[in-house]
Amino acid sequence: MLPELFFGYFATAIIVLSVLVVTMKNPVHSVMWMLLLFFQIASLYLFLNAEFIAAIQVIVYAGAILVLFLFVVLLLNLREELKTNRFIGSWPAGLFISAALLAIVINAIKSFAVSPTGKYTVEFIQKETHTKALGQVLYTDFLFPFEIASIVLLIAIIGAIVLAKRKMRS
Amino acid sequence: MIGVFGFLTRRNVIIMFMSVELMLNAVNISLVSFSHYLQDMRGQILVFFIITVAAAEAAIGLAIIIALFRNKTTAHVDEMNEMKG
Repeated sequence: MLPELFFGYFATAIIVLSVLVVTMKNPVHSVMWMLLLFFQIASLYLFLNAEFIAAIQVIVYAGAILVLFLFVVLLLNLREELKTNRFIGSWPAGLFISAALLAIVINAIKSFAVSPTGKYTVEFIQKETHTKALGQVLYTDFLFPFEIASIVLLIAIIGAIVLAKRKMRS
Repeated sequence: MIGVFGFLTRRNVIIMFMSVELMLNAVNISLVSFSHYLQDMRGQILVFFIITVAAAEAAIGLAIIIALFRNKTTAHVDEMNEMKG
């Protein structure tokens, strides 16, 4: 009973908060609702026995990405944003496309069949701690993708500096 | 679904970008829950990489938005129509 109650709360909160993020008029308000949304998602991860993922959700998303968004929103002067219309003219078309996507996803979930389960049961993760279990898989089977991820981050740093820098004309 | 709706209908580039982050988060939630129910760790590895790529993508995208705003002084997508044929 209690797990269903918790999951119901988190699911409702995530849906309501994401609707708020998309429909707010002021971008700063949107960013603030998104902060709350990321904390709800992190608690849902805790609930699903994924402590490490919850921690990096809070650190990376709420700590880094959202602060970046807030900086950009404050950097760009968006005074006229509050006066103009929020949505583009043909927003019912967007609503229709997203509703169709939702219908496709629901149909896909209906045909979900349980495959043979792996060895990472809840008891195993609780005994071994989640970070250790995740790290063992990450640094043995997925070492090469992990190194590629570091290159992706390096390229992102260089690219962001090159793009945001003012052109130097001598 | 909400993320797709926001991406398609909002006029502000920053909100569109936040909708992309919402979609990535939805994928992360489904991956973590499937990996919980199938008792497999690989889904959470994928979530780890998605978060990495999302951070890189946010940095690049916001840099593009800053460059765009510097040249056009607008953050509305329907006023960026230089490339129309």
